[in-house]
Amino acid sequence: MTGVAVLPRRRAASGRQGAGGGRRMLVLNIVSVLFGIGVWWLLSATVENIPSPPAVAERGWELLADGTLEGDILASLTRVIAGFAIGTALAIPVGFLMGWYSTVRGLAEPYIQFFRTIPPLAIIPLAIVLMGIGETPKIFVIALAAFLVCVISAFQGVVDVDRTLINAARVLGAGDRTIFLRVVVPASTPFILVGMRVGLGSSWATLVAAELIAAQQGLGFRMQNAQVYYDLPTIFVGLITIGILGLVMDRILLFAERKLTSWQERR
Amino acid sequence: MTPDRPTASTEGAPPKISVDAVSKVFPVKDGEFVALDRVSLDIAENEFVTVVGPSGCGKSTLLNVLAGLEEPSGGRATVDGVEVDGPGPERGVIFQQYALFPWLTVRKNVEFGLRTAGVPARERAERADHFIRLVGLEQFADALPKTLSGGMKQRCAIARAYAVDPSILLMDEPFGALDALTRVRLQEQLLETWSQDRRTVVFITHDVDEAVFLANRVVVMAARPGRIQEVVDVDLPYPRTEDVRLSPEFGELRNRVWHAVYHQSTSLAQPSTTTA
Ligand SMILES: Nc1ncnc2c1ncn2[C@@H]1O[C@H](COP(=O)(O)OP(=O)(O)OP(=O)(O)O)[C@@H](O)[C@H]1O
Ligand SMILES: [Mg+2]
Repeated sequence: MTGVAVLPRRRAASGRQGAGGGRRMLVLNIVSVLFGIGVWWLLSATVENIPSPPAVAERGWELLADGTLEGDILASLTRVIAGFAIGTALAIPVGFLMGWYSTVRGLAEPYIQFFRTIPPLAIIPLAIVLMGIGETPKIFVIALAAFLVCVISAFQGVVDVDRTLINAARVLGAGDRTIFLRVVVPASTPFILVGMRVGLGSSWATLVAAELIAAQQGLGFRMQNAQVYYDLPTIFVGLITIGILGLVMDRILLFAERKLTSWQERR
Repeated sequence: MTPDRPTASTEGAPPKISVDAVSKVFPVKDGEFVALDRVSLDIAENEFVTVVGPSGCGKSTLLNVLAGLEEPSGGRATVDGVEVDGPGPERGVIFQQYALFPWLTVRKNVEFGLRTAGVPARERAERADHFIRLVGLEQFADALPKTLSGGMKQRCAIARAYAVDPSILLMDEPFGALDALTRVRLQEQLLETWSQDRRTVVFITHDVDEAVFLANRVVVMAARPGRIQEVVDVDLPYPRTEDVRLSPEFGELRNRVWHAVYHQSTSLAQPSTTTA
């Protein structure tokens, strides 16, 4: 969820502002966050049941101190990273093959289009029945979610490679292999990285839902458990942790994207 | 309709490039589009031929056939007596849109063709440096294309084509997107290198002045269907200086070519598509 939320900022963010502009933005961001916490505090004082920020911080501290939060984070991160890695590792070659060979495209497209219309969460019941309630079904749906997003962007990246660049490589003596490795792959990197970021967001969203249904550990499980006991501070701790982790992972990918695609002309 | 087969000005010698009744037909929604209709043309070694004509008359299509990027629907194109079948290292191509690899620096772009040819790294670097210096981009050797101006990008593309040492240069409106001054500079630079290494050049342009200024021969094409309308010999001395550009002879030739380009649009007869 968190990963997707920051996506639309990409274009604006890459139109780089001066250092002064950057600092101004940072100050505004901090002011905004502090303001949000203030509003939350006010709300907690007036509305029943909403825990105050200090209460949530205290619970967070408790959960950290007894190791619960670390364990949950570790369990969740392991799932999401494994699923995301498997999903994108499959998506990139499949997307490339679909873009490069029309036969592969014709064969793969019906399945990809079909599964894209099914929310990965709807696969969970089936996955649990087929794969049991261990880690496998969870990682599977997470991988599926990442795969479906990423495969489309890898495919689009290959299809959109400028014909002139391919021709330029051909007249410079490049064969299919060289064209693929030295033109198609770099030219489609921006697409793939955007796809990976969206894929990460959707992995993350799927993770929490998968844990809500069947898990013994993990952030989603912890919140589900807390719900039974009306333990709102724990739910808040879970939500905030998920948000922060998602944001950090998204930023890491964004950083990689900037590094790897700095050659792009900015429109 | 089709003019007599224009021959190269150098009599006797076998042509470097020979275009023999080349046609190119593109399938379109409601039938076929004849982009080239039995075009024939011989180009001698070391000749500088320019091709002018209205937009859509098939200039790029003809060049792509010579480059081996487009297969003719009929007829054949030969280079050194061998039928063109795909691109080859003896034919360098410079595209209108520069077509630099945006993720590679100037140097890496220039080295691209040398890498595919398997030239070892050290020699590659030396040759790249040489051609980067030739086009005056030595200060930008490690810059990415996005930081270059249009003229610099085109110079980089020229260096990239030169680096593989082709005996033929195929240039598709290479200076079309540049301002007048940059264009004149690059024209003069191109002629200077050409007069030294004497490659065979086929140069497409929209610009009648440019066509006459550069060429031994100007090929005027007409559209619908794409064909050769007229071939004008340019007997102006090289090096072509500003004096040549301002001379009455130049003006006369320019008028002739202009007339051939312009006049045809009033004598448009054939429809562009024929229903299959
Ligand atoms: N792949 C294609 N499919 C259908 N029609 C095409 C294709 N390529 C070119 N044409 C048509 O062939 C004609 C000649 O195209 P070409 O690009 O050779 O023109 P040109 O003389 O280079 O024009 P310009 O000066 O505008 O670049 C055009 O009318 C174009 O629409
Ligand atoms: Mg053209």
